[in-house]
Amino acid sequence: MTAALQNIRVLDLSRYVAGAYCAKLFAAFGAEVVKVEPPGTGDPARTVGPFLNDQPDRETSALFLYLNTGKQGLTLNLKHPQGREIFKTLVRHADVLVENFTPRVMPSLGLDYSVLRAINPKLVMVSISSFGQHGPYRDYKANDMISYALGGYMYLNGHPQRPPLSGGGHQPAYQGGLHGYSGAMAALMARLRTGQGQHVDVSIQECMASIHQFTINRYVYVGRIQKRLGNRYQRAHPITIYPCKDGLVSLAVSTQEQYERFMALTGLTALLNDERFATPYACSEHVESFDRRLAPWLQAHGKQDIVHRCQENRVPASFVNDAAEVMDDPQYRFRGFWQELDHPVAGRQTYAGYPFHMTATPPSLQRACLLGEHTEDILTARLGCSPAELAAWRAQGVI
Amino acid sequence: MNDALHGVRVIDLTRVWAGPHATRMLADMGAEVIHVTSRKLVGPLAVSGETARILGVYPDDEPGERHWNRNSQTNDLARNKYDITLELDIPEGLSLLRRLVAKSDLVVENYSPRVMPRFGLDYPSLKELNPGIILCSMPGYGSQGPYRGFISYGTNVDPASGLASLMGYPGEGPHMSGNAYPDPVAGLFAVGAILTALYHQRATGEGQYIDLSQAEATTALLGEVSLGTGLNGLVPAPMGNRHPRQAPHGCYPCRGDDAWVAIAVCDEAEWRAFTHVLGEPAWCAEPGYATLPRRLEHHDELDRHISDWTSQRDAYDVMHALQGAGVPAGVVVNAEQLVNDPHLRARDFFWDIEHPEAGTRRYAGQPVRMSATPARLHRPAPCLGQHNDQILRELLGLTTDELDVLRQKGVIGNQPVPR
Repeated sequence: MTAALQNIRVLDLSRYVAGAYCAKLFAAFGAEVVKVEPPGTGDPARTVGPFLNDQPDRETSALFLYLNTGKQGLTLNLKHPQGREIFKTLVRHADVLVENFTPRVMPSLGLDYSVLRAINPKLVMVSISSFGQHGPYRDYKANDMISYALGGYMYLNGHPQRPPLSGGGHQPAYQGGLHGYSGAMAALMARLRTGQGQHVDVSIQECMASIHQFTINRYVYVGRIQKRLGNRYQRAHPITIYPCKDGLVSLAVSTQEQYERFMALTGLTALLNDERFATPYACSEHVESFDRRLAPWLQAHGKQDIVHRCQENRVPASFVNDAAEVMDDPQYRFRGFWQELDHPVAGRQTYAGYPFHMTATPPSLQRACLLGEHTEDILTARLGCSPAELAAWRAQGVI
Repeated sequence: MNDALHGVRVIDLTRVWAGPHATRMLADMGAEVIHVTSRKLVGPLAVSGETARILGVYPDDEPGERHWNRNSQTNDLARNKYDITLELDIPEGLSLLRRLVAKSDLVVENYSPRVMPRFGLDYPSLKELNPGIILCSMPGYGSQGPYRGFISYGTNVDPASGLASLMGYPGEGPHMSGNAYPDPVAGLFAVGAILTALYHQRATGEGQYIDLSQAEATTALLGEVSLGTGLNGLVPAPMGNRHPRQAPHGCYPCRGDDAWVAIAVCDEAEWRAFTHVLGEPAWCAEPGYATLPRRLEHHDELDRHISDWTSQRDAYDVMHALQGAGVPAGVVVNAEQLVNDPHLRARDFFWDIEHPEAGTRRYAGQPVRMSATPARLHRPAPCLGQHNDQILRELLGLTTDELDVLRQKGVIGNQPVPR
């Protein structure tokens, strides 16, 4: 077994989530990823809690520790002319550059793609931003909730009579990172044939707008605007979270065959003769009266019993887990999804791994870099810097 | 035109959303994606008007004579692909699929883990046919383990992965995504893994097996949450639209029916800009809102003041006014507003695609914008079995007579076969 990307060099200029996750995936496959952070403060993700024992420390932020696994830490002040020169030298020997500044920042530093391309025509530059590198909203500001809103996701989340809901975690930013990785790898595939790099522009708003199931299509095909439905799904029922005897269960009865098996399992087969409940599609228009009829069965059974009996009858059902429960889930444990890593400051902790097993080039997980941990090693090895130069740069605030 | 994935041939056995989303991205980038389906999986020959209305996937709710060629989901996800039908329970069908695998780079499937081994299409068997083949399987929970046989959809994976536990109104239970979010998540992880495996294959000639768990894919995008739980011992609960370190942060009603704007004031400078846009009303100067900790403490009252202001105004006017002053704000767009979003349109995000049985319709385009090898429209979504003759003739050298025999035996065709 080998690393798929062992000869690829990545420069990661990213802040917070989107670019950092893209570069983390490169590290997973064995690329040499250098995380470039401003001296002193570092990536602002380092200021985001939770921290170890709730004590703010730039080396123990959960967000930073998770998003920067397997990277080498370099501090470099890109606002200092000498810092930019060092950076351009690093670009000369890099395959991929990942950045997620707002679109004005790289040009303002004199580091836009046209400049970097002149230095290294083979460079693949990935720019991830809230709204993309051009267009009327280019300079608008967004965070995850704003991206949910303008990507059309938020309008669909929540109860019809209550405000729309933003989603959990940093999903829009992660979408930017995932799309950025695919774009970068596609660009590396193209480079194998053409020998040339290119610029990949990822707009987080577009990522969100491109991952809708029915929203856009239904409006375009039928002229109907999809509304929020509360805690259930469109088109068929029961696709929902139900209370049961000892907690919650998730059901996703989506086809007629599954629906008939579910009705047999729950003793409700007679309802199939009632046109309101004849199909999961009709049922989706009579949810409350259906749920009243199903409730006694749910209240009589525990979640383990319900999930396994449904699955034995080929009815989609699952557990409803919180962040701690999913870490104890037997299936995740069986596959070795959770991995323990030692970190010099944060200690030994459990990390989410990667969702794919690969027989030839499995991904690997190594701890995050400390701020500036590899600055001297990288500048010495790649640029041939002397200890005197390093000392001078350190004194000038370049590194 | 030079496409990023020119020369990559994909056998696409995927269904529903997660798998087709992955292969669509490959097709948009120029891979030759051959979707292979059994006509027994296409559904009934006819759909009633009532069911059509509830499904809402046919043009103007009219299923037409061939509903399977008019389905918006198929036509969205199958663009740029070829389509052939093969019945794998007929020996000739299975044999043709094996011959196609021998000439391809990649096979992608999202059946339950029982299916591929049953047809002798597990990775060791495919590897014998083609040593460089990459097989990507993407079942709900992975191909091995206690849940390996579980049937699942994105709508189940959402609560199973921990994601639903983080969304909801404060003090209430977990809430499902309105959009089966884990499906595209799995699709995008599959693309990442596949492109990595292809890059390795191009360098070494070596193929491999990729076993992707849709549930783990979603949980991987919550990695800071699980790690945080270990660091401080707290399990996060839904916060509605609130933020632990920013205020005001929420979703506010605007003028009109079900119209909303999301506003996120992230720091003191944005708070000052925000109050300026509101015209410095007296309440903004009250000590209860003077600092972030106080605004967090009095968020309910703050929300009432802001709602009074927003509810008199158009959501776009609020967004543009606040963004003009440097305050993050966004209209909570519905489908109509999304399709007409001026920024997305200025960026040519949407693709208008003409389909012979569904007409010219607008679809979301490809968000990965590549300067030298841009994703583009090669062809509209195929009709069922549209490329049976072309693919089997060009790739496998079948003759017209042989194709006729296959049609007579029901191995190939262009009509569903009801089960």
